[in-house]
Amino acid sequence: MWPAEFDYTRPSSVAEALQLLSDNEDAKLLAGGHSLLPAMKLRLNEAPLLIDISRIEGLGSISNNGSLKIGALCTHAEIAASADVQSSCSALATATGMVGDQQVRNWGTLGGNVAHADPASDPPTVLVAFDANINIEGASGSRSVAASDFFMDLFTVDLEPGEIITSIDIPDHPHEGCAYVKMPHPASRYAVVGICVVLHRDGGSCSGAHVAVGGATVRAMRSPGAEAALRGSSLDDAALDAAAAALKDDIANDLIGDMSFPEAYRQEMAGVYLKRAVKAAGG
Amino acid sequence: MAVVGKAVKRKEDPRLITGEARYLEDIKLPGMTHIAILRSPHAHANIVSINSERAAAVPGVIGVFTGQDFMDVNPLPCPWPAGGVDNNLNTPRALEVEKVTHVGAGVAVVVAEDRATAQDAVELVDVEWEVLPAVTDAEEATFDGAPQLHENAPNNVCMEWDCGDQSGTDAALGSSDVVVKQRLRNQRLIPTPMETRGCIAQHEAVNGEYTIWMTSQAPHVHRLLFTAFIFGVPENKVRVISPQIGGGFGAKIFMYPEYVLTTALSKKVGRPVKWVETRSENYIATTHGRDHVTDVEVGANRDGTITGLKVRTYANLGGTLSTVAPGIPTTLYGRMLSGAYKLPNIYCHVTGVYTNTGMVDAYRGAGRPEATYVVERAVDLVASELGMDPVEVRRKNFVPADSFPYEPSGNLLNGLSYDSGNYDKALDMALEMTGYEDFRAEQAAARAEGRYLGIGLSTYIEICGIAPSAWMFGEGWGAALWESANVRMHITGDVVVTSGSQSHGQGHETSIAQLVADELGVSMDQVHVQHSDTLGTPFGYGTYGSRSTAVGGVAVWRSLQRIKEKARAIAAHEFEANVDDVEYVVNDEGVGVVQVKGSPDQSKVVGEFMGIATSAAGGWDLPGDMEPFLDETAYYDPPDCTYPFGTHICIVEVDAETGNVGIKRYIAVDDVGKVINPMIVDGQVHGGIAQGVAQALWEGAQYDENGQLVSGSMMDYAIPRADLLPSFELGRTETPSPNNPLGVKGAGETGTIAATPAVVNAVVDALSHLNVRHIDMPLTPSRVWETIQSRSNGGNS
Ligand SMILES: Cc1cc2nc3c(=O)[nH]c(=O)nc-3n(C[C@H](O)[C@H](O)[C@H](O)COP(=O)(O)OP(=O)(O)OC[C@H]3O[C@@H](n4cnc5c(N)ncnc54)[C@H](O)[C@@H]3O)c2cc1C
Repeated sequence: MWPAEFDYTRPSSVAEALQLLSDNEDAKLLAGGHSLLPAMKLRLNEAPLLIDISRIEGLGSISNNGSLKIGALCTHAEIAASADVQSSCSALATATGMVGDQQVRNWGTLGGNVAHADPASDPPTVLVAFDANINIEGASGSRSVAASDFFMDLFTVDLEPGEIITSIDIPDHPHEGCAYVKMPHPASRYAVVGICVVLHRDGGSCSGAHVAVGGATVRAMRSPGAEAALRGSSLDDAALDAAAAALKDDIANDLIGDMSFPEAYRQEMAGVYLKRAVKAAGG
Repeated sequence: MAVVGKAVKRKEDPRLITGEARYLEDIKLPGMTHIAILRSPHAHANIVSINSERAAAVPGVIGVFTGQDFMDVNPLPCPWPAGGVDNNLNTPRALEVEKVTHVGAGVAVVVAEDRATAQDAVELVDVEWEVLPAVTDAEEATFDGAPQLHENAPNNVCMEWDCGDQSGTDAALGSSDVVVKQRLRNQRLIPTPMETRGCIAQHEAVNGEYTIWMTSQAPHVHRLLFTAFIFGVPENKVRVISPQIGGGFGAKIFMYPEYVLTTALSKKVGRPVKWVETRSENYIATTHGRDHVTDVEVGANRDGTITGLKVRTYANLGGTLSTVAPGIPTTLYGRMLSGAYKLPNIYCHVTGVYTNTGMVDAYRGAGRPEATYVVERAVDLVASELGMDPVEVRRKNFVPADSFPYEPSGNLLNGLSYDSGNYDKALDMALEMTGYEDFRAEQAAARAEGRYLGIGLSTYIEICGIAPSAWMFGEGWGAALWESANVRMHITGDVVVTSGSQSHGQGHETSIAQLVADELGVSMDQVHVQHSDTLGTPFGYGTYGSRSTAVGGVAVWRSLQRIKEKARAIAAHEFEANVDDVEYVVNDEGVGVVQVKGSPDQSKVVGEFMGIATSAAGGWDLPGDMEPFLDETAYYDPPDCTYPFGTHICIVEVDAETGNVGIKRYIAVDDVGKVINPMIVDGQVHGGIAQGVAQALWEGAQYDENGQLVSGSMMDYAIPRADLLPSFELGRTETPSPNNPLGVKGAGETGTIAATPAVVNAVVDALSHLNVRHIDMPLTPSRVWETIQSRSNGGNS
């Protein structure tokens, strides 16, 4: 549990951080440190220089001007406790409130979480379901990437070495119910499977749904099949069964598993948790 | 005011809670160096060559050493081979020289000015390996063609051992109404104490003396092993100090290569050397527990009478033997297989096997949880086969309360016998607390709604106060198991107790002080219990096997009797009375006085300044040739062990859709003999239940086919968490042990022994309507779910 030697610097602005990144090829950004430092201590990861962005001003606030903007440095605990998040995207408050334990939630940041892209993470599933955009600054300016495109594979995202995630936008998405449910791994508490559902209702029937899955899959991803099965239904048992079956099909080629929770089991549980998510979202 | 039996607050807690307690990691010595160990990444490999040039060149590195540098140090001893049979012994060296047989075996070490430098440099040690095929399963390792680990152990067998009556058991099974067979896996566990291991060694070249601070549950045993076995030096050359210990669960009893390495290095480099284990090292290099594959056959008659129990076990011992590895799955397992039952025929055959895995040794319960699991599962299998209530099968076969001392059949206990018990009473209390009949109704109603509720019992017994030295010697143990204690009453009346036990969370400073306070009539604040340092404490075999009160506590009690005798003699002299007329009494205020019988005006307080304590310590006017000071040492070697028992009941709900097991209630009635401090006993029971439940549901060390520990971190290996457990409902019956004057039995391991089968029985009960008879641990959601799926599709298991 002793990291290899590294240098440490703490810039006070995004511009300064970008400059440091471009000057130091293998440098790494340090936010909450709760993914990076364990990996460095296990010597699974090394960096000659850590650029600590955790005290850069302006990256740690949550605002809601039509759409919800969450600074990259907001911690899981801050997001879970935010009234803005609870009112316009309660599933994200739920998901961040389920991350690890209290210490992890007090240190880990949303920016670090999505940059790291552990497939068992919770927040990415919600971000994908809500069509969130990841706002990125780089030497050549800023860009914004849709969450569905941002998460590419296991620990792989659309982020260049010299870039910094500054915030995450969750577009205004009026809905009649949303939920995030997960089966936690008994050791790490990461998601064995996590499902986010956003429901639109028109009287008794479902006029549209967003369904995203994580934990069971290499990346957080949407399930077009499940969404189609729910759309226009009255969210009855038959519709839920059809949605679960479609979800299982959609993820069949993207499953992950281990000795305790094999792929086939996670695939089945995705279906079970989809039904639970719909119920939790008021369906 | 008597304190024994009261929930007195623990004397050790203020320093633990405020963070003032000093653990090994807190100790820093002037000139101290640090080490990092290069450990094998392979489960089975020959060491072709080691090149340490690059590592040695790193600034701050003092030296790089390999196994060749320690050929003058003996391999680690294995002082407990299985009794009465041949053992093919293979133990580790400080660093391995020719080959490694498990991932994590040390092959080189870097000594440096600081820990980080040592770690940086150790990554630059180049080892050329010849990787060999590996085998990790104990039974498979015995098959022809399996990779061979040690030349002296054909088919990787360390020993074959048996106990009980083979022909009688075969005959009984042959003539029983039913025989149920089941394979049971008792999976490997990782003890995971909060504090990992560590060692600091200092060598004084002038006189050749070592001082060794180490995370030890048994400092005197460690000194014994260092001196007589490893370095071949007399006892006075080694002082072992075990500072505050953050848990051990058995894993800190043993001698380990790192302790030997650190100590040998302190002489080589002429400076103190410190080693503190990382959690990753803890998982691969500290001993694991359990890991049995067992085939059980149990015979019964239609009325529920069990006629015979036949047990065939492969015990995985790891790549090399830890200190008492062979003794655990033999003496402490096979001899316990009668459980709480009067079984007419029992036979057990154990094969101890080497595999390419980490060392396996005693882990909380040590052999007894494995035995209890077999017995308690077997009883449930009989109940389900006969369609009987598991409670009834238990009652039918219990050792009746009027048959103690009870000697299990077939000389299973090799001459010992259960001391005392009333198994029905504990069962009745637990059933009453549970509302058993009501639960059965609730279960039926829930099933009708598709909810799977289940209840599981474990009417366990265990063996504590592990001792009789002569008996243990016959069981292969190469030393004794008595305990000793010294009690001194100082001139102020304060009492200092020193003992060879070693609390590592059990609260000895409190419970022993309670004994002393009541016996001598002094306050708790006046009693100081000291252990931890071989210099200044009398010899003792340490703390494990729930023996510190049942054996060590009795040694204290004996010393107290001698102190009281002497106090009476001094008082008689002062009162000019006959000693037979002087009595030592503890008055209503809890103050110990010596007084002339029948004339209380002639009395004197013992434990205060100017009391008898001062008369004795001053020594100005003592009778005859009496030596000054109230200072007595006693030894105690009990005639037999103690046998706690009880009933644990677990109620679970299995999520039919996911297979997840939720514990709804947990009821435990334990009889640990006489209770000194109920709060401490509750704490021991709570922690034990948590670990026992965890084995049933979550924990399990997993090796892949190459012998890599897949569950190598706490991100993968699931230790129990408070939020996964209900509030435990505890009850107690109290049947004193006749085997010691305190009537105590032992309370450190009941939870891990009882809880595991209670939980598994509950889950199987929840799924019994699906024809489920058994599921192997850990009962992870996926395993339970797969069982439900296969059964719902009409299979059997
Ligand atoms: C015990 C434990 C349990 C956990 N359980 C869960 C769980 O249940 N669910 C869950 O979702 N997560 C869990 N986590 C992970 C946790 O959410 C992490 O905190 C988070 O993934 C990383 O955030 P961080 O701020 O700590 O990032 P850091 O560790 O500081 O950085 C992680 C990576 O992201 C990069 N990075 C950080 N910030 C930025 C940025 N703004 N722009 C670009 N790159 C950046 C870093 O360079 C690094 O490569 C757990 C972690 C631990 C230690």
